[in-house]
Amino acid sequence: MRSVIDVPDLSLSELDALMDTAEDIIARPDDYADACRRKKLATLFFEPSTRTRLSFEAAMYELGGNVLSVTGAATSSAAKGESVADTVKTVSCYADLIALRHPKEGAALVAARNASVPVINAGDGGHCHPTQTLADLLTIRREKGRLGNLTVGLCGDLKFGRTVHSLIGALSRYEGLSFVLISPEELKLPSYVKNDHLKRKNIPYCQTTSLEQAIGDLDILYMTRVQRERFFNEEDYLRLRDSYILSPDKLKKARPDLCVMHPLPRVNEISVAVDEDPRACYFKQVLNGKYMRMALILMLLKEAGKL
Amino acid sequence: MNVDSIRDGIVIDHISAGCGLKLYRLLGLEALEVPVAMITHVASVKRGRKDIIKIDADIPVDLDVIGYVDPGATVNLIRGGRLLEKKHPAMPETLVNVISCKNPRCISTCEQELPQVFRLSSRENREYRCVYCETKAAGL
Repeated sequence: MRSVIDVPDLSLSELDALMDTAEDIIARPDDYADACRRKKLATLFFEPSTRTRLSFEAAMYELGGNVLSVTGAATSSAAKGESVADTVKTVSCYADLIALRHPKEGAALVAARNASVPVINAGDGGHCHPTQTLADLLTIRREKGRLGNLTVGLCGDLKFGRTVHSLIGALSRYEGLSFVLISPEELKLPSYVKNDHLKRKNIPYCQTTSLEQAIGDLDILYMTRVQRERFFNEEDYLRLRDSYILSPDKLKKARPDLCVMHPLPRVNEISVAVDEDPRACYFKQVLNGKYMRMALILMLLKEAGKL
Repeated sequence: MNVDSIRDGIVIDHISAGCGLKLYRLLGLEALEVPVAMITHVASVKRGRKDIIKIDADIPVDLDVIGYVDPGATVNLIRGGRLLEKKHPAMPETLVNVISCKNPRCISTCEQELPQVFRLSSRENREYRCVYCETKAAGL
Protein backbone atom coordinates (compact mmCIF):
# COMPACT_ATOMS: atom_id res chain seq x y z
CA MET A 1 0.00 0.00 0.00
CA ARG A 2 1.54 3.27 -1.12
CA SER A 3 1.81 5.98 1.53
CA VAL A 4 3.60 9.32 1.61
CA ILE A 5 5.72 9.81 4.70
CA ASP A 6 8.32 12.18 3.32
CA VAL A 7 8.92 14.04 0.06
CA PRO A 8 11.60 11.61 -1.19
CA ASP A 9 8.83 8.99 -1.34
CA LEU A 10 7.80 10.84 -4.50
CA SER A 11 9.94 10.80 -7.63
CA LEU A 12 10.60 13.99 -9.56
CA SER A 13 8.18 12.88 -12.28
CA GLU A 14 5.53 12.21 -9.62
CA LEU A 15 6.12 15.66 -8.15
CA ASP A 16 5.72 17.18 -11.60
CA ALA A 17 2.54 15.16 -12.15
CA LEU A 18 1.12 16.30 -8.80
CA MET A 19 1.85 19.94 -9.63
CA ASP A 20 0.31 19.51 -13.08
CA THR A 21 -2.81 18.00 -11.51
CA ALA A 22 -2.99 20.84 -8.98
CA GLU A 23 -2.72 23.40 -11.80
CA ASP A 24 -5.48 21.57 -13.65
CA ILE A 25 -7.69 21.61 -10.55
CA ILE A 26 -7.10 25.35 -10.24
CA ALA A 27 -8.03 25.85 -13.89
CA ARG A 28 -11.04 23.48 -13.96
CA PRO A 29 -12.34 22.87 -10.42
CA ASP A 30 -15.72 21.62 -11.63
CA ASP A 31 -14.07 18.68 -13.39
CA TYR A 32 -12.94 17.40 -9.99
CA ALA A 33 -16.04 18.17 -7.94
CA ASP A 34 -17.16 14.51 -7.82
CA ALA A 35 -13.79 12.81 -8.26
CA CYS A 36 -13.84 11.26 -4.77
CA ARG A 37 -17.57 10.74 -4.39
CA ARG A 38 -18.42 8.21 -1.65
CA LYS A 39 -14.78 8.10 -0.50
CA LYS A 40 -13.77 8.93 3.06
CA LEU A 41 -10.65 10.61 4.38
CA ALA A 42 -9.88 10.14 8.09
CA THR A 43 -7.99 13.09 9.52
CA LEU A 44 -6.29 11.89 12.71
CA PHE A 45 -4.73 14.91 14.36
CA PHE A 46 -3.12 14.16 17.69
CA GLU A 47 -1.32 17.49 17.80
CA PRO A 48 -2.75 21.04 17.51
CA SER A 49 -3.25 22.19 13.92
CA THR A 50 -5.63 24.51 12.19
CA ARG A 51 -4.55 25.02 8.63
CA THR A 52 -3.24 21.56 7.83
CA ARG A 53 -6.33 19.75 9.09
CA LEU A 54 -8.73 22.21 7.49
CA SER A 55 -6.70 22.09 4.28
CA PHE A 56 -6.99 18.30 4.10
CA GLU A 57 -10.67 18.43 4.91
CA ALA A 58 -11.38 21.22 2.41
CA ALA A 59 -9.40 19.27 -0.18
CA MET A 60 -11.49 16.15 0.32
CA TYR A 61 -14.78 18.06 0.32
CA GLU A 62 -13.83 19.85 -2.90
CA LEU A 63 -13.20 16.46 -4.47
CA GLY A 64 -16.73 15.43 -3.48
CA GLY A 65 -15.58 13.10 -0.71
CA ASN A 66 -16.33 12.87 3.00
CA VAL A 67 -14.22 13.35 6.09
CA LEU A 68 -13.98 11.51 9.42
CA SER A 69 -12.11 13.61 11.92
CA VAL A 70 -10.29 13.08 15.20
CA THR A 71 -8.70 16.10 16.83
CA GLY A 72 -6.52 15.88 19.90
CA ALA A 73 -5.26 12.81 21.68
CA ALA A 74 -7.50 13.59 24.64
CA THR A 75 -10.69 12.80 22.71
CA SER A 76 -9.46 9.61 21.08
CA SER A 77 -8.54 6.13 22.21
CA ALA A 78 -4.91 7.28 22.22
CA ALA A 79 -5.80 8.79 25.60
CA LYS A 80 -6.45 5.24 26.80
CA GLY A 81 -2.99 4.22 25.70
CA GLU A 82 -3.81 2.74 22.30
CA SER A 83 -0.82 2.38 20.01
CA VAL A 84 -0.57 4.16 16.67
CA ALA A 85 -0.57 0.75 14.98
CA ASP A 86 -3.87 -0.30 16.56
CA THR A 87 -5.44 3.09 15.89
CA VAL A 88 -4.73 3.01 12.16
CA LYS A 89 -5.69 -0.65 11.80
CA THR A 90 -9.05 0.29 13.25
CA VAL A 91 -9.47 3.45 11.20
CA SER A 92 -8.55 1.52 8.03
CA CYS A 93 -11.87 -0.29 8.50
CA TYR A 94 -13.78 2.98 8.20
CA ALA A 95 -11.83 5.18 5.78
CA ASP A 96 -10.25 4.95 2.33
CA LEU A 97 -7.31 7.17 3.24
CA ILE A 98 -5.71 8.51 6.41
CA ALA A 99 -4.03 11.86 7.04
CA LEU A 100 -2.12 11.63 10.32
CA ARG A 101 -0.55 14.31 12.47
CA HIS A 102 1.18 13.07 15.58
CA PRO A 103 3.60 14.67 18.06
CA LYS A 104 6.01 11.74 17.96
CA GLU A 105 8.63 11.57 15.22
CA GLY A 106 8.23 8.46 13.11
CA ALA A 107 4.55 7.96 14.00
CA ALA A 108 3.54 8.25 10.34
CA LEU A 109 5.95 5.49 9.32
CA VAL A 110 4.50 3.21 11.99
CA ALA A 111 1.03 4.10 10.74
CA ALA A 112 1.90 3.38 7.12
CA ARG A 113 3.33 -0.02 8.04
CA ASN A 114 0.16 -1.02 9.83
CA ALA A 115 -2.72 0.61 7.95
CA SER A 116 -4.46 -1.19 5.12
CA VAL A 117 -5.24 2.12 3.40
CA PRO A 118 -2.79 4.82 2.22
CA VAL A 119 -1.41 7.12 4.90
CA ILE A 120 -0.36 10.71 4.33
CA ASN A 121 2.00 12.19 6.89
CA ALA A 122 0.44 15.48 7.94
CA GLY A 123 3.36 16.15 10.30
CA ASP A 124 5.14 13.86 12.75
CA GLY A 125 6.60 16.06 15.46
CA GLY A 126 9.68 17.91 14.29
CA HIS A 127 10.48 15.29 11.69
CA CYS A 128 8.60 15.59 8.36
CA HIS A 129 5.72 17.56 6.93
CA PRO A 130 5.69 16.56 3.26
CA THR A 131 2.44 18.22 2.21
CA GLN A 132 3.78 21.58 3.37
CA THR A 133 6.72 21.00 1.07
CA LEU A 134 4.35 20.15 -1.77
CA ALA A 135 2.61 23.48 -1.16
CA ASP A 136 5.98 25.23 -1.17
CA LEU A 137 7.05 23.63 -4.44
CA LEU A 138 3.82 24.55 -6.22
CA THR A 139 4.08 28.10 -4.91
CA ILE A 140 7.64 28.49 -6.18
CA ARG A 141 6.72 26.99 -9.56
CA ARG A 142 3.68 29.24 -9.94
CA GLU A 143 5.45 32.39 -8.76
CA LYS A 144 8.83 31.94 -10.46
CA GLY A 145 7.85 29.68 -13.36
CA ARG A 146 10.57 27.17 -12.46
CA LEU A 147 12.05 25.10 -9.64
CA GLY A 148 15.68 25.33 -10.75
CA ASN A 149 18.17 28.18 -11.12
CA LEU A 150 17.09 30.03 -8.01
CA THR A 151 18.79 31.57 -5.00
CA VAL A 152 16.76 30.51 -2.00
CA GLY A 153 17.11 32.19 1.39
CA LEU A 154 15.91 30.30 4.45
CA CYS A 155 15.55 32.44 7.54
CA GLY A 156 14.84 31.85 11.23
CA ASP A 157 14.74 28.51 12.98
CA LEU A 158 16.74 26.29 10.66
CA LYS A 159 17.53 23.79 13.41
CA PHE A 160 14.09 22.59 14.45
CA GLY A 161 12.18 23.82 11.37
CA ARG A 162 11.06 20.61 9.67
CA THR A 163 9.59 22.54 6.72
CA VAL A 164 13.03 23.97 5.99
CA HIS A 165 14.71 20.55 6.07
CA SER A 166 12.07 19.07 3.77
CA LEU A 167 12.21 22.00 1.37
CA ILE A 168 16.00 21.85 1.10
CA GLY A 169 15.76 18.12 0.41
CA ALA A 170 13.11 18.63 -2.25
CA LEU A 171 14.77 21.58 -3.99
CA SER A 172 18.19 19.92 -3.94
CA ARG A 173 16.86 17.52 -6.57
CA TYR A 174 16.58 20.36 -9.10
CA GLU A 175 19.41 22.00 -11.08
CA GLY A 176 21.08 25.33 -10.47
CA LEU A 177 19.95 25.99 -6.90
CA SER A 178 21.94 27.87 -4.29
CA PHE A 179 20.95 28.45 -0.68
CA VAL A 180 21.53 31.24 1.81
CA LEU A 181 21.01 30.01 5.37
CA ILE A 182 20.08 32.88 7.69
CA SER A 183 19.79 32.05 11.39
CA PRO A 184 21.17 32.78 14.84
CA GLU A 185 24.07 30.55 15.86
CA GLU A 186 21.86 28.43 18.14
CA LEU A 187 19.36 27.64 15.37
CA LYS A 188 21.70 26.84 12.48
CA LEU A 189 20.86 24.13 10.00
CA PRO A 190 21.92 20.72 11.43
CA SER A 191 25.08 19.34 9.86
CA TYR A 192 23.35 16.14 8.75
CA VAL A 193 20.94 18.17 6.57
CA LYS A 194 23.88 20.05 5.07
CA ASN A 195 25.80 16.82 4.51
CA ASP A 196 22.89 14.82 3.09
CA HIS A 197 21.48 17.44 0.75
CA LEU A 198 24.02 20.18 0.07
CA LYS A 199 27.60 18.96 0.50
CA ARG A 200 26.98 15.55 -1.00
CA LYS A 201 25.42 17.10 -4.12
CA ASN A 202 27.90 20.00 -4.30
CA ILE A 203 25.11 22.55 -4.00
CA PRO A 204 26.47 26.00 -3.16
CA TYR A 205 25.33 27.53 0.12
CA CYS A 206 26.41 30.15 2.60
CA GLN A 207 25.49 30.78 6.22
CA THR A 208 24.92 34.18 7.72
CA THR A 209 23.30 35.76 10.74
CA SER A 210 22.26 38.89 8.80
CA LEU A 211 18.97 39.01 6.91
CA GLU A 212 19.69 42.59 5.81
CA GLN A 213 22.94 41.61 4.09
CA ALA A 214 21.47 38.58 2.32
CA ILE A 215 18.05 39.79 1.21
CA GLY A 216 19.21 41.61 -1.94
CA ASP A 217 20.57 38.40 -3.50
CA LEU A 218 17.47 36.27 -3.10
CA ASP A 219 14.81 34.98 -5.52
CA ILE A 220 12.97 33.27 -2.66
CA LEU A 221 12.89 34.24 1.01
CA TYR A 222 11.44 31.48 3.17
CA MET A 223 10.73 32.81 6.67
CA THR A 224 10.09 30.50 9.61
CA ARG A 225 8.71 30.80 13.10
CA VAL A 226 10.73 29.93 16.17
CA GLN A 227 8.49 27.19 17.50
CA ARG A 228 7.81 27.16 21.22
CA GLU A 229 6.78 23.49 21.15
CA ARG A 230 10.21 22.37 19.90
CA PHE A 231 12.02 23.78 22.96
CA PHE A 232 12.42 22.03 26.28
CA ASN A 233 13.52 25.30 27.82
CA GLU A 234 11.23 28.37 27.85
CA GLU A 235 14.16 30.73 28.42
CA ASP A 236 15.86 29.64 25.20
CA TYR A 237 12.61 30.08 23.28
CA LEU A 238 12.03 33.62 24.54
CA ARG A 239 15.61 34.65 23.82
CA LEU A 240 15.52 33.47 20.19
CA ARG A 241 11.93 34.26 19.29
CA ASP A 242 12.53 37.78 18.03
CA SER A 243 15.76 37.07 16.14
CA TYR A 244 14.43 38.05 12.71
CA ILE A 245 11.47 40.20 11.84
CA LEU A 246 10.77 41.01 8.18
CA SER A 247 9.49 44.56 7.81
CA PRO A 248 8.64 46.78 4.80
CA ASP A 249 11.86 48.63 5.53
CA LYS A 250 13.99 45.49 5.14
CA LEU A 251 12.10 44.59 1.96
CA LYS A 252 13.30 47.81 0.32
CA LYS A 253 16.68 46.10 -0.21
CA ALA A 254 15.08 43.08 -1.89
CA ARG A 255 14.58 42.37 -5.58
CA PRO A 256 11.26 43.49 -7.06
CA ASP A 257 10.41 39.91 -8.01
CA LEU A 258 11.34 38.36 -4.64
CA CYS A 259 8.88 35.72 -3.45
CA VAL A 260 8.36 35.87 0.34
CA MET A 261 7.12 32.59 1.76
CA HIS A 262 6.24 31.29 5.23
CA PRO A 263 4.69 27.97 6.25
CA LEU A 264 2.49 29.81 8.78
CA PRO A 265 1.34 30.34 11.43
CA ARG A 266 3.51 33.39 12.00
CA VAL A 267 3.98 35.01 15.36
CA ASN A 268 5.81 38.25 14.66
CA GLU A 269 8.54 37.29 12.20
CA ILE A 270 6.75 38.99 9.28
CA SER A 271 5.17 42.37 10.01
CA VAL A 272 1.51 42.54 9.07
CA ALA A 273 2.39 45.58 6.91
CA VAL A 274 4.31 43.23 4.59
CA ASP A 275 1.04 41.47 3.70
CA GLU A 276 0.16 44.31 1.31
CA ASP A 277 3.42 43.93 -0.60
CA PRO A 278 2.92 42.03 -3.89
CA ARG A 279 5.99 39.97 -3.02
CA ALA A 280 4.18 38.41 -0.04
CA CYS A 281 3.17 34.91 -1.17
CA TYR A 282 2.42 33.12 2.11
CA PHE A 283 -1.35 33.18 1.81
CA LYS A 284 -1.07 31.93 -1.76
CA GLN A 285 1.00 29.11 -0.25
CA VAL A 286 -1.94 28.17 1.96
CA LEU A 287 -4.23 27.93 -1.06
CA ASN A 288 -1.65 26.01 -3.06
CA GLY A 289 -1.39 23.57 -0.18
CA LYS A 290 -5.04 22.68 -0.55
CA TYR A 291 -4.64 22.05 -4.28
CA MET A 292 -1.58 19.88 -3.78
CA ARG A 293 -3.39 17.87 -1.10
CA MET A 294 -6.25 17.38 -3.55
CA ALA A 295 -3.77 16.15 -6.16
CA LEU A 296 -2.12 13.83 -3.62
CA ILE A 297 -5.43 12.39 -2.42
CA LEU A 298 -6.38 11.66 -6.04
CA MET A 299 -3.03 10.03 -6.77
CA LEU A 300 -3.05 7.77 -3.72
CA LEU A 301 -6.66 6.70 -4.11
CA LYS A 302 -6.08 5.90 -7.78
CA GLU A 303 -2.97 3.89 -6.96
CA ALA A 304 -4.90 2.01 -4.26
CA GLY A 305 -7.51 1.09 -6.87
CA LYS A 306 -10.22 3.02 -5.08
CA LEU A 307 -10.99 5.41 -7.94
CA MET B 1 48.08 -14.11 32.41
CA ASN B 2 46.96 -17.55 31.29
CA VAL B 3 43.72 -18.20 29.44
CA ASP B 4 43.25 -21.77 28.30
CA SER B 5 42.62 -22.61 24.66
CA ILE B 6 39.06 -23.53 23.88
CA ARG B 7 37.95 -26.78 22.29
CA ASP B 8 34.46 -26.00 20.96
CA GLY B 9 33.50 -22.37 20.88
CA ILE B 10 34.15 -18.95 19.38
CA VAL B 11 37.03 -16.53 19.47
CA ILE B 12 36.24 -12.95 18.51
CA ASP B 13 39.62 -11.55 17.62
CA HIS B 14 41.10 -8.27 16.40
CA ILE B 15 38.58 -6.18 18.31
CA SER B 16 39.70 -2.57 18.50
CA ALA B 17 41.27 -1.99 21.89
CA GLY B 18 38.62 -0.71 24.26
CA CYS B 19 35.62 -2.01 22.26
CA GLY B 20 35.58 -5.45 23.84
CA LEU B 21 33.36 -4.56 26.77
CA LYS B 22 30.78 -2.85 24.50
CA LEU B 23 30.68 -5.94 22.32
CA TYR B 24 30.47 -8.20 25.37
CA ARG B 25 27.39 -6.31 26.55
CA LEU B 26 25.65 -5.95 23.17
CA LEU B 27 26.10 -9.67 22.47
CA GLY B 28 24.42 -10.39 25.79
CA LEU B 29 27.36 -12.49 26.97
CA GLU B 30 26.94 -11.39 30.57
CA ALA B 31 23.65 -13.29 30.68
CA LEU B 32 25.24 -16.58 29.54
CA GLU B 33 26.22 -19.27 32.00
CA VAL B 34 29.18 -20.45 29.95
CA PRO B 35 32.87 -19.64 30.36
CA VAL B 36 33.69 -16.35 28.63
CA ALA B 37 37.07 -14.66 28.73
CA MET B 38 37.54 -11.07 27.73
CA ILE B 39 41.10 -9.94 27.29
CA THR B 40 41.80 -6.30 26.71
CA HIS B 41 44.75 -4.36 25.35
CA VAL B 42 46.63 -7.40 24.09
CA ALA B 43 49.68 -6.64 21.96
CA SER B 44 48.87 -6.94 18.25
CA VAL B 45 51.26 -6.86 15.32
CA LYS B 46 48.65 -5.32 12.99
CA ARG B 47 46.86 -2.96 15.36
CA GLY B 48 49.22 -2.24 18.20
CA ARG B 49 46.64 -3.24 20.81
CA LYS B 50 43.46 -5.26 20.53
CA ASP B 51 40.76 -6.94 22.60
CA ILE B 52 39.80 -10.61 22.36
CA ILE B 53 36.68 -12.44 23.53
CA LYS B 54 36.77 -16.22 23.96
CA ILE B 55 33.50 -18.09 24.42
CA ASP B 56 33.95 -21.67 25.55
CA ALA B 57 30.65 -22.94 24.15
CA ASP B 58 29.07 -23.57 20.77
CA ILE B 59 26.50 -20.75 20.82
CA PRO B 60 25.18 -18.53 18.02
CA VAL B 61 26.60 -15.00 17.98
CA ASP B 62 25.00 -12.10 16.17
CA LEU B 63 27.43 -11.16 13.41
CA ASP B 64 25.47 -7.94 12.78
CA VAL B 65 26.31 -6.77 16.29
CA ILE B 66 29.99 -7.50 15.74
CA GLY B 67 29.93 -5.77 12.34
CA TYR B 68 28.28 -2.76 13.95
CA VAL B 69 30.66 -2.44 16.91
CA ASP B 70 33.84 -3.24 15.01
CA PRO B 71 33.86 -4.24 11.33
CA GLY B 72 37.58 -5.02 11.69
CA ALA B 73 36.95 -7.85 14.16
CA THR B 74 37.16 -11.50 13.08
CA VAL B 75 35.06 -14.40 14.31
CA ASN B 76 36.81 -17.77 14.57
CA LEU B 77 34.69 -20.87 15.01
CA ILE B 78 36.64 -23.52 16.90
CA ARG B 79 35.68 -27.18 16.78
CA GLY B 80 37.71 -29.96 18.39
CA GLY B 81 40.41 -27.48 19.23
CA ARG B 82 40.89 -26.51 15.57
CA LEU B 83 39.87 -23.51 13.51
CA LEU B 84 36.79 -24.55 11.55
CA GLU B 85 35.90 -21.21 9.98
CA LYS B 86 36.99 -17.58 10.09
CA LYS B 87 34.38 -14.89 9.44
CA HIS B 88 34.77 -11.18 8.76
CA PRO B 89 31.48 -9.52 9.77
CA ALA B 90 30.50 -6.58 7.57
CA MET B 91 28.65 -3.50 8.76
CA PRO B 92 24.97 -4.48 8.53
CA GLU B 93 22.55 -2.37 6.50
CA THR B 94 20.02 -2.50 9.34
CA LEU B 95 20.26 -3.14 13.06
CA VAL B 96 17.20 -4.54 14.79
CA ASN B 97 16.90 -4.40 18.58
CA VAL B 98 20.62 -3.90 19.11
CA ILE B 99 20.69 -0.25 20.15
CA SER B 100 17.93 2.12 21.24
CA CYS B 101 16.90 5.54 19.99
CA LYS B 102 17.76 8.26 22.51
CA ASN B 103 15.46 10.88 20.99
CA PRO B 104 12.69 11.50 23.56
CA ARG B 105 10.44 12.72 20.73
CA CYS B 106 10.74 9.45 18.78
CA ILE B 107 7.71 7.17 18.56
CA SER B 108 9.94 4.21 19.48
CA THR B 109 10.69 5.69 22.89
CA CYS B 110 7.04 5.77 23.95
CA GLU B 111 5.59 2.72 22.17
CA GLN B 112 7.58 -0.04 23.83
CA GLU B 113 6.36 -2.80 21.51
CA LEU B 114 8.02 -1.28 18.45
CA PRO B 115 11.28 -2.85 17.35
CA GLN B 116 14.30 -0.55 17.56
CA VAL B 117 15.48 -0.34 13.96
CA PHE B 118 18.47 1.62 12.69
CA ARG B 119 19.72 1.85 9.11
CA LEU B 120 23.25 2.45 7.91
CA SER B 121 23.21 6.05 6.64
CA SER B 122 26.94 6.53 6.00
CA ARG B 123 29.33 3.61 5.64
CA GLU B 124 32.40 5.85 5.58
CA ASN B 125 31.41 7.53 8.86
CA ARG B 126 30.01 4.30 10.36
CA GLU B 127 26.81 6.21 10.99
CA TYR B 128 23.42 4.68 11.77
CA ARG B 129 20.08 6.50 11.99
CA CYS B 130 16.80 5.54 13.61
CA VAL B 131 14.32 4.57 10.86
CA TYR B 132 11.50 6.34 12.68
CA CYS B 133 12.95 9.75 13.53
CA GLU B 134 16.29 9.66 11.63
CA THR B 135 18.22 10.59 14.77
CA LYS B 136 21.85 9.52 14.59
CA ALA B 137 22.78 6.62 16.85
CA ALA B 138 24.92 7.63 19.79
CA GLY B 139 28.59 6.90 19.19
CA LEU B 140 30.14 3.70 20.41
